[in-house]
Amino acid sequence: MSDALGLYNYWIAIFLMMVGFYNVIASGNLVKKLIGLSIFQTSVFLLYITMGKVKDGTAPILGDGYDTFSNPLPHVLILTAIVVGIATTAVGLALVVRIQEHFGTIEEDELIAQEDSP
Amino acid sequence: MIHVVDMTLLAFLALVAIAITRMTNLFATSVLTGVYSLLMACIFTVLDAVDVAFTEAAVGAGISTVLFLATLSLTTQREKPQRSPNWKALCVALLTGGALVYGTFDMPHFGDPQAPVHQHVGPHYIGVSPTQIGVPNMVTSVLASYRGYDTLGETAVIFTACMAVLLLLQHEKRRDEQSAVEEKPDKEAMEHAMILRVQSKFFIPLILLFGLYVQFHGDFGPGGGFQAGVIFAAGIILYSLVNGLDKARQIIPPNVLHGLVAFGLLLYAGTGLASLFMDGNFLQYRALAEEATHGEHIGILLIELGVGVTVATVMTSMFFSFSGRRRS
Repeated sequence: MSDALGLYNYWIAIFLMMVGFYNVIASGNLVKKLIGLSIFQTSVFLLYITMGKVKDGTAPILGDGYDTFSNPLPHVLILTAIVVGIATTAVGLALVVRIQEHFGTIEEDELIAQEDSP
Repeated sequence: MIHVVDMTLLAFLALVAIAITRMTNLFATSVLTGVYSLLMACIFTVLDAVDVAFTEAAVGAGISTVLFLATLSLTTQREKPQRSPNWKALCVALLTGGALVYGTFDMPHFGDPQAPVHQHVGPHYIGVSPTQIGVPNMVTSVLASYRGYDTLGETAVIFTACMAVLLLLQHEKRRDEQSAVEEKPDKEAMEHAMILRVQSKFFIPLILLFGLYVQFHGDFGPGGGFQAGVIFAAGIILYSLVNGLDKARQIIPPNVLHGLVAFGLLLYAGTGLASLFMDGNFLQYRALAEEATHGEHIGILLIELGVGVTVATVMTSMFFSFSGRRRS
């Protein structure tokens, strides 16, 4: 029972990661793939932030009456990763837009069919 | 209590993720990702990561949703329906997931203060930063000072990503602009949505003001350049959604915008060089003033400003390039 309570956050992070993973490999639509990729990404964020949490701790901002703080280091890493994540997702979306303009579709099987037929 | 809140929110998150997978309407899926990010931001708040929650709320629920919707308007709103779940992919995901769950049994439990994460530099930052840097928000001191190199690298990545988007989407821009003038100017503008226009007039100044507060109060409370930049960009994006891209481009000409993208990064690197020339190491802010903590304050203020300017203008110019493109 204590295992389930203590590891619950990790399991949800893994579940989300696998949902994202499934979307990336199983979905044929390129936008859906990118959505899957961003779910995968947020699951990693969740994993890091969960590890940074300290029992009975508070946000790592100095204030009177608080002396237990959660670890600020994962927060820093994830804070920047979120902004970098959206920037790189935008590059992916821009590529999707160009693919649509060039091929007229963003479904993977149709793209492959077009490539195969000369 | 915290366990109950945490578990409920996480269960919701899992449900939303399943819904996202099952839906074939991409419009609904994009809106659901906004809900997903907002839930994630709530969870980050519960887990004490207030700075991260700020960023996730502004980026995930705000800007990324808008970018996905902009992409859909240029491509298609419906995914081709799939016949049945892809069993091969499902098996791979289940196997990987099972292996990872097996791995978690060795992990330290949630909130364990003895976990390896809390044994090395973490406690050092918590113990030393209040006197060494003199800034109450430890996330800011780690982000801007101890790990200043990292942050410089991340800012450079954002800058590069912006260049890539501009290169991909600015192409043939000229012709687009001419044809846009010939047709109707900005059909997307919500000129007739009265409620939206009045509300946005009221909200946009508040959003921009809040962005500035988050920028300059980041040393003392949750906030900083990344969050402020995203919030500021959200305000500008809201303006151009309601009033049309052409009006927004008149207020912030693309040339100025692109100049500012580079300016922010240069300000960051320039602060590093300044401390180098003032007998310190690269990004060692204590060299910037007589007193060490005073120097740190100046350095953090400057680089956070650089980050804020770059992030805000990168997000804005990305949005402009997506929405400036006409459907072919």
